[in-house]
Amino acid sequence: MRQTFDVAIVGAGIVGAACALECAQAELKVAIIESSIVGGGATAAAMGHIVAMDDSEAQFSLTRFSQQLWNTLRTELPREVEFELTGTIWVAADEDEMSAVRNKNRYFTSRGVPAEVLDAAALKQAEPNLRPGLVGALLVPEDSVIYPPTAARWLAERAQQCGASLVRGKAIRLRGGSVEIADGTAISSSLVVNATGAWAPELTPGLEIRKRKGHLVITDRYSGFLRHQLVELGYLKSAHSVTSDSCAFNVQPRATGQILIGSSRQYGAEHSAIDHKIVAGMLARACEYMPALGKMAAVRCWTGFRAATPDKLPLIGPSVTDQKIWLATGHEGLGITTSLGTAKLLVDQIVGRRSAIPIEPYLPARGSREHVYA
Amino acid sequence: MPEIIHVSVNGIAVAVESGTTVAAAVLQCGISSFRRSVTGEPRGPLCGMGICFECRVTVDRLAHAKSCQTLCTPGMEITTDE
Repeated sequence: MRQTFDVAIVGAGIVGAACALECAQAELKVAIIESSIVGGGATAAAMGHIVAMDDSEAQFSLTRFSQQLWNTLRTELPREVEFELTGTIWVAADEDEMSAVRNKNRYFTSRGVPAEVLDAAALKQAEPNLRPGLVGALLVPEDSVIYPPTAARWLAERAQQCGASLVRGKAIRLRGGSVEIADGTAISSSLVVNATGAWAPELTPGLEIRKRKGHLVITDRYSGFLRHQLVELGYLKSAHSVTSDSCAFNVQPRATGQILIGSSRQYGAEHSAIDHKIVAGMLARACEYMPALGKMAAVRCWTGFRAATPDKLPLIGPSVTDQKIWLATGHEGLGITTSLGTAKLLVDQIVGRRSAIPIEPYLPARGSREHVYA
Repeated sequence: MPEIIHVSVNGIAVAVESGTTVAAAVLQCGISSFRRSVTGEPRGPLCGMGICFECRVTVDRLAHAKSCQTLCTPGMEITTDE
């Protein structure tokens, strides 16, 4: 007998897996369709930084809401998810960046996010391996770190325990009412959710999502060298540039003692091969901030593709073209953080629940509405 | 006559001929457990040519130096079994 689902989610990255669990917990009959392994795409390539971000009010709402969901979940997470409340330190190299630190501090503290301005001496004490001469920093202690692929696997397994079905197969076409699989079969479902990250336009043509390539390097184990996730405030300048390739100092301590070194951003680079010029630039930037990194042994380097939207906000809800095809994609560099919030907002819309934060900024129709009123 | 230099292995002064690898200096002390694996098992030199990474030790406080590929220098501090 052919099964019919309430919701068929295409893509078992961390976003798809979180959406599946939320659907299952809302007693929806849900299928997750994955062509490869759970959490094997951008999820496996990501750093795993759970971070409150303040680029826009909408970005802040979703990241903070999601971060609080992670912090609530932390006691349930198995050890292999490697949840650690490392905090983030936003590092200021000059007085301009220090004034950005003070603005960020005001923004966060006025919205209930604990934060603390560090002067040069306090920064040195917090992270002794940073170079001398840095001006100060902002410590945001509620940010954390996880290992994303195991988190996605755990979310997918829990979804299955709650009744979700994991279907192995490559979705080749989405229709309102079914998903066609490459082997010729079809999954019948009232709603279909495209959660395929940077590949979403292949299944939903016309989506304004671009691949934004990133590189990461991981070192051997150097326990105690690094304590917090460190990000240069200049990161904001480079992450916002939509035209050029950029590298920023962004390092993360792993539970193993390894150090994850990022980060790069490139548009128009569609191939997953490592670009050695980019890696060299990224490592040079890291060594500028932490010179001792230069003597360490790197053990692996890889790339991944962020799903970037023009306004830096994800697409969560019904697509513009077909009300039965929904979207949960476009999370750019924040998908690990915002996966849990995305799942809540998606299922709130499906079952008609009131959401904890306003959903309008993330509705896929926002672009077309702007167009109409422009 | 080869020059004799002094290094320390786990805090103990050791005299070696110049050109000696760190691996040879450690073995000269009768130490076979150069490092511990992630699960705590003892590890030591296997390939002797920088491929297997089993012979890693801490040199001058920097972990993960391949001892078979590193030459002793005067005053070098070598720490094993970490």
